Amino acid sequence: MKHETIETNAGWLIVLTLLVISVAGLVEIVPLYFIDDTVEKVEVDGKETVRPYTPLELAGRDIYQREGCYLCHSQMIRPFRDEKLRYGHYSLAAESKYDHPFQWGSKRTGPDLARVGGKYSNEWHVQHLTAPRSVVKESIMPNYPWLVKTDLEYIDIADKMRALKKVGVPYSATRQEFDNNVKRFGKEIAQELDINAAEDNLIAQAESKNYDGERDNISEMDALVAYLQVLGTMVDFSKFEDGHFTKFR
Amino acid sequence: MSRRLMNNPQVNIMSTDKKPQSTQTTGHAWDGDLQEFNNPLPRWWLWSFYATVVFALIYWVFYPAWPIGKSYTKGVMNTVEYTTAQGKHVVTHWNTRALYEQDMQAARAAQAPLLKALDQTSYADILKDAEKLKFAKSMAKVLYADNCQACHQAGGAGIIGKYPNLADDDWLWGGSFEQIQNTIKEGHTGMMPGFKGRLDDAQIDAVAEYVLTLSGQSSDAKMSQRGRQIFEGEGGCISCHTQKGTGNIAMGSANLTDKIWTIADVSAAKTALAKRAAIHQVVLNGVTRKMPTWKERLSPTEIKMLAIYVHELGGGK
Ligand code: HEC
Ligand code: HEC
Ligand code: HEC
Repeated sequence: MKHETIETNAGWLIVLTLLVISVAGLVEIVPLYFIDDTVEKVEVDGKETVRPYTPLELAGRDIYQREGCYLCHSQMIRPFRDEKLRYGHYSLAAESKYDHPFQWGSKRTGPDLARVGGKYSNEWHVQHLTAPRSVVKESIMPNYPWLVKTDLEYIDIADKMRALKKVGVPYSATRQEFDNNVKRFGKEIAQELDINAAEDNLIAQAESKNYDGERDNISEMDALVAYLQVLGTMVDFSKFEDGHFTKFR
Repeated sequence: MSRRLMNNPQVNIMSTDKKPQSTQTTGHAWDGDLQEFNNPLPRWWLWSFYATVVFALIYWVFYPAWPIGKSYTKGVMNTVEYTTAQGKHVVTHWNTRALYEQDMQAARAAQAPLLKALDQTSYADILKDAEKLKFAKSMAKVLYADNCQACHQAGGAGIIGKYPNLADDDWLWGGSFEQIQNTIKEGHTGMMPGFKGRLDDAQIDAVAEYVLTLSGQSSDAKMSQRGRQIFEGEGGCISCHTQKGTGNIAMGSANLTDKIWTIADVSAAKTALAKRAAIHQVVLNGVTRKMPTWKERLSPTEIKMLAIYVHELGGGK
């Protein structure tokens, strides 16, 4: 094909330009989908411990994104000693395999949140999110006072799970998918991942854990704190010897 | 410059070029007479480009690079060595996680003598050893800032009603080294039920007045006397706070006989009425607050260092 043919034909020019500029991406990214070690296997006693979010956690994650928390907080602990000392074990790829989109981020105005789950009490999170400066005097984090006051909207939670299922998150809709989840994650978790029970599960978790300390409603705070409290808690690193995850790189 | 100007043969826009003869054009003309020079690339650029190609070839040999099927070439630098905390020796190909393990190993080696010494020394002996004490406290200071300060505040000052003061000598769960260590390791939930609906307002006022008596701050003896009956009787306060009101460290129930308050903000209340109201609030609504467990996040040595740090904030027993 002559140079002139390409330069005088906008259609060809677009197609071929796209092809050329995507080569680097294709060469670097596509193989990762086929390499076994890209996403680490994390199994304890034959069960996968990294699981998709429960409906309530999922709703909380949506609020996290809506409020733009990721603009100030990363969720990716890099394999450096100083990060380990402050935040804990480095993040595994497996820990964000059900995140769509992932929340790794690259901006740390505030601390990394990849392992914030369990670090503080629910009450602390509620107080901190409502008025950060009431616990951390020098904080520059904004107040989010509406979270406790706003009822969580969750009528579309099953649809959200269905959408995520389309991109590979193992929520179950059929009996067979459910049984498969029982094998992978155990019965208790499989029940949480059942799309048919999504709304009931969401209500049950919010009511039994009562994250925001107020009994009478399910607020956005309930969901957000449920999400924060699960971050980084799915892999029990005490079950693996030091350096176990080195062999995946 | 407008297109018209460029296309106008009368205006020679190339006239500033010093040696128009020596360069070739690409050979085709646009819009009749618009041509393109075909200048060779500058040498320095071309050679830099070749250099990057050579660099890539060398890189492929040494570092993890090419995907092959379900795996990838690991590079010939199969020489990164490290020893894990459990003493396992590993030699592996170059990768950032292995470098991290190396870093951790070096830091462990540097601190190992002191950490091991801390592990093996009793609290009492550490207190007597200035060097060990200094090391433990400086390590714990950083740990405290990262993990505890958001609740217990700088210097352990706490927030009344929310997070207890760690610098005073009043302890819910005990102030000895071992008790503090256990608190940090396992966490605790402080729980007192609310008496809303079980006692009426007048009864709660009376029992609050009696609580003030316990620390010698009552101003109404008759009311206090009525309160005492509730405290020891239908209120059931003694089952947790004990007959004398000194509290019970097995359940973290506050000592009511000292003048140190952790929930009810009595010290800040100016009038007798306000003092009683502060206690009234606590009895009416109850308390639930949680100290997280740290045994999953912090190592036993780190917890030990923190116990020393907290103990030495001022109130250790
Ligand atoms: C303007 C930037 C900013 C935004 C937006 C922001 N934060 Fe923060 N965040 C901070 C800073 C700075 C800190 C550290 C000081 C503090 O603890 O308040 C922090 C601390 C935190 C912590 C405590 C982390 C730790 O380990 O101590 C949590 C949890 C948190 N933020 C959650 C959130 C959530 C959830 C949102 C969204 C609703 C959010 N943040 C939005 C800046 C921000
Ligand atoms: C989420 C907030 C929070 C964090 C973070 C936290 N604590 Fe606490 N801590 C509490 C609360 C609340 C109590 C009171 C529990 C109760 O009422 O029984 C407490 C109690 C304690 C006590 C017992 C005090 C007493 O009077 O007996 C000690 C000691 C203590 N914390 C140390 C620490 C240390 C050390 C850290 C950091 C590793 C830490 N805490 C982190 C909330 C927190
Ligand atoms: C089930 C056990 C229990 C019973 C019953 C109980 N308390 Fe308490 N009380 C506690 C605990 C535990 C705390 C400390 C809570 C904390 O620190 O988180 C506490 C705290 C308090 C405080 C706050 C002390 C301070 O330093 O601020 C007051 C006042 C108090 N109790 C009064 C009473 C009175 C009056 C009654 C009876 C009407 C009563 N309590 C019954 C367990 C109990």
